Amino acid sequence: MKILVCISKAPDTTAKIAFTDNNTAFDTNGVQFIVNPYDEWYALVRGLELKEQNGGSVTVVNVGLAENEPIIRKALAIGADEAVRINVNPTDALQTAKEIVAFAKAEGFDMVLLGKETIDYNGSQLGGMIAELMDMPYVSLASKLEMEGTTATIHRDIQGGTEVVEVTAPFVISAAKGMAEARIPNMRGIMAARTKPLKVVEGSGANASTTIANYELPPAKGECHYIDADNAAELIELLHNEAKVI
Amino acid sequence: MSTDRFQAPDYYQLDELYTDEQKLIRDTVREYAKANISPIIEDFAQKSEYPKQLIPGLAEIGAFGPYIPEQYGGAGLDQITYGLIMQELERVDSGIRSAASVQSSLVMYPIWKYGSEEQRMKYLPKLAKGEMIGCFGLTEPDHGSNPSGMITNFKDNGDHYLLNGAKMWITNSPIADVAVVWAKNEEGRIHGLLVEKGMEGFTAPETKGKWSLRASITGELVFDNVKVPKENLLPGRSGLGAPLSCLDSARYGIAWGAIGAAMDCYDSALRYSKERIQFDRPIASFQLVQKKLAEMITEITKAQLLTWRLGVLRDEGKATTAQISMAKRNNVEMALKIAREARQIHGGMGITGEYSIMRHMMNLESVVTYEGTHDIHLLITGMDITGIPSFRNDGK
Repeated sequence: MKILVCISKAPDTTAKIAFTDNNTAFDTNGVQFIVNPYDEWYALVRGLELKEQNGGSVTVVNVGLAENEPIIRKALAIGADEAVRINVNPTDALQTAKEIVAFAKAEGFDMVLLGKETIDYNGSQLGGMIAELMDMPYVSLASKLEMEGTTATIHRDIQGGTEVVEVTAPFVISAAKGMAEARIPNMRGIMAARTKPLKVVEGSGANASTTIANYELPPAKGECHYIDADNAAELIELLHNEAKVI
Repeated sequence: MSTDRFQAPDYYQLDELYTDEQKLIRDTVREYAKANISPIIEDFAQKSEYPKQLIPGLAEIGAFGPYIPEQYGGAGLDQITYGLIMQELERVDSGIRSAASVQSSLVMYPIWKYGSEEQRMKYLPKLAKGEMIGCFGLTEPDHGSNPSGMITNFKDNGDHYLLNGAKMWITNSPIADVAVVWAKNEEGRIHGLLVEKGMEGFTAPETKGKWSLRASITGELVFDNVKVPKENLLPGRSGLGAPLSCLDSARYGIAWGAIGAAMDCYDSALRYSKERIQFDRPIASFQLVQKKLAEMITEITKAQLLTWRLGVLRDEGKATTAQISMAKRNNVEMALKIAREARQIHGGMGITGEYSIMRHMMNLESVVTYEGTHDIHLLITGMDITGIPSFRNDGK
């Protein structure tokens, strides 16, 4: 079983968010980057588990510049067999998807796994785009993935219950919480990652279809008013006239 | 204890000085510690019990002998990485770091440096995997700062050595499978002997009632006519310099570890001061609290820079004993002062197990004393700059 896991770089959840260049670019100064948790904790780890059960290999792919290599090495330390970095700094999802597909199409992967979204842009677009461009079925927001031969049984959490989907490989799946349990790399894995192949390929020349006009921070949190539990009338008055929500 | 919300301060962007692999290992140990040590450490400290279940996990993340070459089961890593591992362990608890320090610097290091090839192959891989636990016996009831006065001794009895004496304040001793014991031969020369659990006449009673390093086990080593096989003598080096070189390695690890404890106290105090409201304002808005916090981050940053430089020197094989003494002394005192100030910022909450502050503070009272006391390290610096040893009365 040949598994491709797409990994993205995301700012650490504790990073301070600020912008530069007239609010058109994210200010990376002093920001620590991590592997996007949905890609690492769920897609990558489930890919590794399936490899451990059924044999095969796990390749990770990242579209980005050399500065992304620390997060790629982490994926190798966790257990991926090899990595490919596509040497392009993408600015939207379609460009990223086209670059991944340009590499992956001829490689004969049985499945492509990725997180349901990145924790910075929360676009949730990449899986669908890759599936469309590779002409493969796509199942999004999967919380469980089991393989029997070439047939996958996938659980999706939906409103009020679970949807169970069957699909035959090759396919694309976006992973949500529950698909696997995060793994911390061990020292053996970190040492092995030193010598695992990290191939750098040049991009195919795909262009972005969108441009960022500007970013804005959400408004600062308002002050908290405490209303006496016995004073429901005042609460209703404030919700109606001040907050204007009722 | 509440959820571990630690965020590491890096005021001077020292991360830019570390390699990607050093950062990966540091972050891995941090992640491991948050997931596995933080949730249980307070309970074990309160119970005064060493969480033995952590041993396999600590071995997996490389906490035991990370700089020991790969052929002996280590990871062959550099000294800065070793320091960063110690920093991350002590960030959670000095007792856990102590257990890892002893295994690495005081047991694996002398066997690697001064042991025979047979001794290395017999002990090091198992110590690296945590399948064996080791301890180090130098300090005696009447000989702490003055180890050269030790009375533990061994005699050549033909096919074995006969060992007599006692050691105390020995981290890991009650659970150790092997003890690296420093003792004098009949000529009064200090040698290292590998004494194994179960040897007749060898006991390791636990030291009870500690108010510090409660999540680490401490005890004595008592030798009553213990027959030690001759092949258990470390052949590579004798004299006081042998154990002191191990202490260099351990003190170097402590210099990093103390930064971890200080960072945890500072981070907790900073967060608490922004959340704690008094007089309708967060206490972080008061000048006296800001003074404490600003001084803490200044001292932590200075210690980070000092210790990074020491790590570079050590990797280049140039760090001197006196340079290591300076870093150990400076950083532990810095951490202890920060723990006390952080305790004040936390108010009454600072004395509860809800926060790690009081535990760090009590732990650091041991760290400031063991592996060379605060004052002795100052005298080592004094001797280094004047050329005159002040702690010997023969003027030599």
